[in-house]
Amino acid sequence: MAGPASRRPKLAVWKFASCDGCQLTLLDCEDELPAVAGAVDIAHFTEASSADGPGPYDLSLVEGSITTPDDLRRIQHVRRVSKRLVTIGACATAGGIQALRDFADVREYASVVYARPEYVATLARSTPISAHVPVDFELRGCPIDKRQLLEVIAAFLAGRRPCVPAHSVCVECKARGNVCVLVAHGTPCLGPVTQAGCGALCPAFNRGCYGCFGPMESPNARALNARLRELGMSTPELVRIYRTFNATEEPFRQAAEQAEQSEEADG
Amino acid sequence: MDTAVADSLDPLIAELRSRGFAVVGPTVRDRAIRFAEITGAAELPAGQGDEQDPGHYRVVERDDELMFGFAASPDSAKRYTQPPRQALFRMREGTVEEAEQEAPRVALLGVRACDLAAIAVQDRVFLGRHPDPAYRKRREALFLVAVNCAVPGGTCFCVSMGTGPKATAGFDLALTELTEPHRFLVETGSERGADVLAGIPHRPASAADVAAAEEVSRVAATRMGREVDTENIQESLAAAHDSPRWAEVAGRCLACTNCTMACPTCFCTTVEDATDFTGSLAERTEVWDSCFTLAYSEVGGSPVRGSGPARYRQWLTHKFSTWYDQFGVSGCVGCGRCITWCPTGIDVTEELRCIR
Ligand code: SF4
Ligand code: SF4
Ligand code: SF4
Ligand code: SF4
Repeated sequence: MAGPASRRPKLAVWKFASCDGCQLTLLDCEDELPAVAGAVDIAHFTEASSADGPGPYDLSLVEGSITTPDDLRRIQHVRRVSKRLVTIGACATAGGIQALRDFADVREYASVVYARPEYVATLARSTPISAHVPVDFELRGCPIDKRQLLEVIAAFLAGRRPCVPAHSVCVECKARGNVCVLVAHGTPCLGPVTQAGCGALCPAFNRGCYGCFGPMESPNARALNARLRELGMSTPELVRIYRTFNATEEPFRQAAEQAEQSEEADG
Repeated sequence: MDTAVADSLDPLIAELRSRGFAVVGPTVRDRAIRFAEITGAAELPAGQGDEQDPGHYRVVERDDELMFGFAASPDSAKRYTQPPRQALFRMREGTVEEAEQEAPRVALLGVRACDLAAIAVQDRVFLGRHPDPAYRKRREALFLVAVNCAVPGGTCFCVSMGTGPKATAGFDLALTELTEPHRFLVETGSERGADVLAGIPHRPASAADVAAAEEVSRVAATRMGREVDTENIQESLAAAHDSPRWAEVAGRCLACTNCTMACPTCFCTTVEDATDFTGSLAERTEVWDSCFTLAYSEVGGSPVRGSGPARYRQWLTHKFSTWYDQFGVSGCVGCGRCITWCPTGIDVTEELRCIR
């Protein structure tokens, strides 16, 4: 039913500070990509093709966080030329791993890594797209889940709300039929405080959840931390697991701080 | 009820398979005793038991060769009676197509008395006032081989709930594992069961076999890990609406949903609607949900039960009080799964003691 090429909605994919993993998730949709390409005109996607179609765009997928003065200008442009803007992945929705700079001095990092750090134009913090422009939807994950990405694109094409539940990973874990690694193996798992979306991938391989989809709708990290300590996690381990992919998301920021404070209280 | 004795379960498994059933029984996977398809008795967890406490489960070696020396598995019959995802219908170019309802022929080998009680509770829910034909189809495709519990777990309380440890109804066949020599007492609970029994080697049970089986169930009943005082439970829990304990337990509760997902009687679902890229195909799917999610009680864009205490209260009160109002029985059969599989080890029996 796809109309003439010019009438199909125009899709753009943009990159800011990121590893490209989320864009690759789109390329990874091998089976579905023809259907996507049939339904939308992929007008700007440098990861897949160098063709740079002109805006405006009906749907922009934005990967990456804002870390440079140039990014600050470019995201304003992306917003101006996009009817709908969806951020994809932990970098774009929460600042990503590079937001660990928020807990340190980025100039000191630069002086250690680069011979001439004065040439590096970088911001003190790594911030999510929503800190700078209005965002229509945020898709979580590091990287995002392919099934959820396709759902979000299909939902925007149909003009409906995407089905992306905000409940815990445990919901998917039980539906998938995983054995709970926390209860049955004593393996620390962030699933109870983390938003679903990955399909409980790590527990399916007998690993604990690392929290890469960020905080779920009503996280009770204080209660989980008490349990994780019983399972042998130390304060630095607790701080590190919350300060990884979504370190600046408020509930995870607080969870790490609580872990530090409760040790001070104990010690 | 006829009773017989069989020395091996291999002929039973072979007979059920020859009748077109996938035999699903206990077997060790990922360091837990799971229910999965098996093809012979060698796959049963002989000599393996389990250790179950609040928020804690381990497979342990036993010092005997019991094949069923463990308590409730993380899996219950719910996965078969009410699968986690089911397509309901499709709309293609505006025309509704009913989704094909799958009802695989499955023989569940090793369901416990509490599991049978849970299926009976589900029957009231799905075959009561608003019968669900898809449930009926799946339910009728199940062949149930119960095994009477010999070794209840640390979180079991079926005796309090009046559901076990001996299976008394709702099975096609019920086994009691006996030792010295190793053998199974077999009771038939249905014509289908008798028919299957007739197809496998067996001999009539002696008075000593029957007495030995009774002793297994008698001893098991004395070994419950937990108990609940059910006297006036429906009224007293309803009256405890404003107890300060709800806030206290919510401080430990993660709202993770594990208790409701593991519970063999929790039946709540939501629907997910999907469309394809062309907008010509839409599909509605039913998926497991839980009263611990915020979307579950969302009305007009915000949750009715937004607070943790309200959500914990909904779960406990539904299981032990309002379920009676709705279905005339308890929503809890005392299997202990919600206690074992709660990541923070919240124990419904303890909460009930403190709240009432
Ligand atoms: S393994 Fe982790 S995600 Fe899965 S149920 Fe257990 S705590 Fe939840
Ligand atoms: S409430 Fe708990 S103990 Fe009762 S049937 Fe459900 S899972 Fe089992
Ligand atoms: S306790 Fe909650 S999930 Fe379980 S049946 Fe009741 S409302 Fe549904
Ligand atoms: S009671 Fe336990 S299993 Fe249930 S939602 Fe709360 S933390 Fe999760």
